[in-house]
Amino acid sequence: MQRNAALAALLIGFSLSTSAVLADTSITAAGSTALLPLVKDAAGAYQTANPSVKISVSGGGSGTGINQVAAKAIDIGDSDIQAPAQPELIDNRVAVIGFAVIVNPDLKIKNLTRKQIQDIFAGNVTNWNQVGGPDQKIVVINRTRGSGTRVVFEKTVIAPEKVTEGGLTEDATGTVISVVKSTPGAISYAAFSGTHGQPIVEVSIDGVAPTEANVITGKYPFWSYEHMFTYGPATGEVKKFIDFIASNNDLLTKNSFIRIADMKTSETNR
Amino acid sequence: MISSIARRSHTTERIALNVIRFCAGFVIFAMAIILIYLTVEGTKTFFVDHFSPISFLFSPDYDVDGGHPGAAVFIAGTLLVTVFAIVVGGPFGIAVGVFLSEIAPKAMAQVLKPAIELLVGIPSVVYGWLGLTLLVPLIRDHTSSPSGFSLAGAGIVLAIMILPTVISLSEDAFTSLPPALREGSLALGATRFQTIMRVLLPSASSGLAVALILGIARAVGETLAIQLVIGNAASFPKGIFSPTATLTTVIVGEMPSATQGTIQEHALFSMAFLLLLIAMVLILLVRFALRKRT
Repeated sequence: MQRNAALAALLIGFSLSTSAVLADTSITAAGSTALLPLVKDAAGAYQTANPSVKISVSGGGSGTGINQVAAKAIDIGDSDIQAPAQPELIDNRVAVIGFAVIVNPDLKIKNLTRKQIQDIFAGNVTNWNQVGGPDQKIVVINRTRGSGTRVVFEKTVIAPEKVTEGGLTEDATGTVISVVKSTPGAISYAAFSGTHGQPIVEVSIDGVAPTEANVITGKYPFWSYEHMFTYGPATGEVKKFIDFIASNNDLLTKNSFIRIADMKTSETNR
Repeated sequence: MISSIARRSHTTERIALNVIRFCAGFVIFAMAIILIYLTVEGTKTFFVDHFSPISFLFSPDYDVDGGHPGAAVFIAGTLLVTVFAIVVGGPFGIAVGVFLSEIAPKAMAQVLKPAIELLVGIPSVVYGWLGLTLLVPLIRDHTSSPSGFSLAGAGIVLAIMILPTVISLSEDAFTSLPPALREGSLALGATRFQTIMRVLLPSASSGLAVALILGIARAVGETLAIQLVIGNAASFPKGIFSPTATLTTVIVGEMPSATQGTIQEHALFSMAFLLLLIAMVLILLVRFALRKRT
């Protein structure tokens, strides 16, 4: 009995010391599920190149990311939107992301006008046959309050109208996409990083297709900067990791993000 | 010699008693902290934001950005899923309780009882996941609901979740009845069914009430399982196959991203406070039902 306890203590001590040797620095990032695929991918590449750094990445939504970094619970708060003014929070813009309005593929809808999208999300239009689709009830899927994607959608597509609260609510980009895939008549919105290559339709807005090229020129309105907030200026490995993401064009393009330097248009309040 | 043993046991006793006192004191302290914290935070909507409690309870307009956190939709959602769960799961659970204590052969009851108790131990996220993958598509394909996320789906998941509680407690209520009741009824020539319906059910009524109330308490507080199937739409359901939201689902959905000190955070605390009040009322009802029995 005593020998077992001693053995266990030895093992615990050993595992603690090895993990301490293997990971000198650990970085935690959480927040936006639009930015999540990029940060995950980058974390993998960064850890391969720097085995002494351990990066753990999770979602939760932009609001959660900002809240947790403000509470110093994590090192990096990922967000699709700017944080409420707070001097300690430093905004590190790493990329540009486009968002698409997405519909279930069985609807065969390819294009919607901004007015039609506003009417659908305001609840004025409830059947697809009112906007040139089949006789099928519209199922509106919103993101939870606190989602950066939702804020960007309201600001760049829906304003000055308002989103009604009647729709279903899902709390992550991935969930939204799987629900739109499986639900006849569904419409929602999500980041290119989640929508590109999925068996759903990314509709054009006023005839402008949701592509990176159209975001770069500013023809397509539904986009935002991706922010990685730190509490105080980023230093050490955290700074290196953020710079690694912002500068790694292969990683950005692969995940459907756009390098900020490539943008031909700019916005100050996104 | 004797006096030293006596003294030592005296010391042990004193230490043990103090440890027990400390534990009891700590529980009371923790309870008080929770109560005070929730009361202070939960009433900020009314005292700091000056939003009327009447509007909070009865206005369906949940517009926190516009400074109007009406919670009527979520209160209605909580009440509706709970009523659904208890109407479906309550009688069913009591029937199984009767079966276990009065009808099932002993060997069968001995297998069934632990199996039912096992159901209590299944994490609620598993129930929710099963609801999402089995029930939601079923409702989508066979009812008017286009998405499958619905009040009915959440109610069914909840009904299954409260079954173990209702079954165990109602079985206890029946087995604790004096055997003379059964014997007397059967001796008078009543059939087994008549005995159950006319003698046992009324005699066990206060125990059954406790079973149902604790089932309701479980249903009111359940969060994750409901969140996965109810659709989380902040509007009154238009039918049982229509999505809606409950107090618990809106709290868990919005709390992580709610900024401190905003009217949204205060409103969520007020909802948590309301849940606490509901729980307290339910516990009082249980006490009342138990007192009636003795």
